[in-house]
Amino acid sequence: MRPSVVTAAAAAAAASLAALAIVSGATGAEKTADKLKVGFIYLGPVGDMGWTYQHEVGRQGLVKDLGDKIETTYLENVPEGPDAERSIEQLVRSGHKLIFTTSFGYMDQTLKVAKKYPNVHFEHATGYKRDKNMSTYSGRWYESRYIQGQIAGKMSKTGVLGYIVSFPIPEVIMGINATMLGAQSVNPNIKVKIIWVNTWFDPGKEADAAKALLDQGADVIMQHTDSPAAVQVAAARGALAFGQDSDMIKFGPKTQLTSIIDNWAPYYEERVKAELAGKWTSSDTWGGLNSKLVVMAPYTNMPADVKKMAEATEAAIVAGTLHPFKCPVIAQDGKTVECKNGKNLDDDQILSMNFYVKGVDDKMPGK
Amino acid sequence: MQFLEPAFLQAIVLSVIAASTPLLLAASGELVAERAGVLNLGLEGMMIMGAACGFAGAYFTDSVIVGALAGVLAGVFMSAVFAALTLGLAVNQVAAGLALTIFGIGLSGLIGAGFVGARIETAPHLHLPVLTDIAVIGNIAFGQDAFVYASLALLAGIWWFLYRTRAGLVLRAVGDNHVSAHALGYPVLRIRFWAVLFGGACAGLGGAYLPLAYTPFFIPGMTAGRGWIALALVVFASWLPGRLVIGAYLFGFVTILQLHFQALHVPVPSQFMSSLPYLATVLVLIAISRRRGLAGSATPASLGLVFVPDR
Repeated sequence: MRPSVVTAAAAAAAASLAALAIVSGATGAEKTADKLKVGFIYLGPVGDMGWTYQHEVGRQGLVKDLGDKIETTYLENVPEGPDAERSIEQLVRSGHKLIFTTSFGYMDQTLKVAKKYPNVHFEHATGYKRDKNMSTYSGRWYESRYIQGQIAGKMSKTGVLGYIVSFPIPEVIMGINATMLGAQSVNPNIKVKIIWVNTWFDPGKEADAAKALLDQGADVIMQHTDSPAAVQVAAARGALAFGQDSDMIKFGPKTQLTSIIDNWAPYYEERVKAELAGKWTSSDTWGGLNSKLVVMAPYTNMPADVKKMAEATEAAIVAGTLHPFKCPVIAQDGKTVECKNGKNLDDDQILSMNFYVKGVDDKMPGK
Repeated sequence: MQFLEPAFLQAIVLSVIAASTPLLLAASGELVAERAGVLNLGLEGMMIMGAACGFAGAYFTDSVIVGALAGVLAGVFMSAVFAALTLGLAVNQVAAGLALTIFGIGLSGLIGAGFVGARIETAPHLHLPVLTDIAVIGNIAFGQDAFVYASLALLAGIWWFLYRTRAGLVLRAVGDNHVSAHALGYPVLRIRFWAVLFGGACAGLGGAYLPLAYTPFFIPGMTAGRGWIALALVVFASWLPGRLVIGAYLFGFVTILQLHFQALHVPVPSQFMSSLPYLATVLVLIAISRRRGLAGSATPASLGLVFVPDR
């Protein structure tokens, strides 16, 4: 879920950036009549090192494996909102039959274009609206955050974790909760300090937040924002940190414990192959560690026993024997959360999560 | 109370200085350009170009100084484009400035594409044996990187130039009434050209500060709106160099303080804290507008107006 980076600049520049985006579209293969044309709409530049970069890695995987059967196009820096509709429609008009729109904020625009062109297939990332020719796909990143929480709980000497977050939406809240549940499973007294920076991407502000957390006694930093700034600050201060979206090890070779990696390539290949075989149907995919849609970067900078624990937890989640939100889940106010699925919270509860679990010492913005 | 511990206060002040310096650098140059009557809204575009070229320069030479120079040159190049449009062709300054920002964001992404993921060393911090080791204030006064000292020296120089030299007086006259200045025989466009280039150089340096000293990597869009904040700062300072220092450090202080408040559970909404500097800017604008007609306002009367010499 990615609202656009809101700055004063964005407001002024948004309309024109859309125009730029169309110019910067690139084709991944030579044009031939019988190749399937696959299109991608990106929120950021492909070089953002985070969210958009990982989608681009997925697209490149497609080109590498299926390049003789398909032709791909991407439009980058497409703002969320009405401009997105124009960009999506442009891909349709230029003959693309399968189109991936890779940010939450393209949801309504994708649906609108999908209704207009029933013979074109659409795939929307992280949304919840579907149609006969529009699928959704997303990752269960809370699984990897549970593992990170366990590692952080073991590695923290001060018993205080520092967590940099963007906006109080369910995707972020479930990440904080999964992290805390993981950390509490190895250290019941673990504490977390949370800073909301109200942006997905501002390297300077993310760095300042990391400094503030370290100054206040946190010694393991994690983030739900997109730049490698926090990892780099932790590296400069000799603390530990986790990467985000992509492997950020080069920004902290002695700092990064692991990183959540969005691994879109297998999903993109599966969907394109289905399209090529004429078997594409609308679906709702929420893939986790077991489907390899979410992947952990190598476990580094930790003792062997912690690494072993992390690998065991990962294996248990993949096998389905461990669920981060296994019941009973106790909320911040001490009440037990209703267990709709019997053994663990069900997907709807996780997807609409708007409460903290017990032990998170923070007041949610706007609550 | 953690807030009262010297080491903690020192950490906060160090963060505030780092956050304020790029704003101060960019706003200083813009102040000079605006005192000459040119409103350059392309600050964000010039800064991000300074960041991209500054990183490239430092990456290829392993020299922070070369990086800073590359950033300055990138800013000068961008402002020269702006000057050619607004001074040479008498294009509307607001439109040209917005276009410059969009152009800069795009071009910097193109230049920086090859550097995404690369790392450089940050600018070294000053270390004077005895002085830097003085408890609490030693590090703050004598332990900064060169950009911090440069930004303060730059502003002192600007103050001296504007108020203590004849050239500064002429520059202010051009900004206040370009028709009169022209009638007196001053080369309005040439003076404005140099003021705009100076503004570009400062913005480029402020942008270069980001990858060279703040977060040592380049990512497209990494200025994240700092150019717009610097523009607001010039208004906040009501075009006076002295107030610009106060404004820049106030902006930085509020930014850092709200992060610390959150982690300390101080019950003030972070969004409210973030909006405080802008609220202050609005109040300053109201104060200026109410004082209009009275003497004392430093608002350049010809700010943003196109000037075409009649001969």
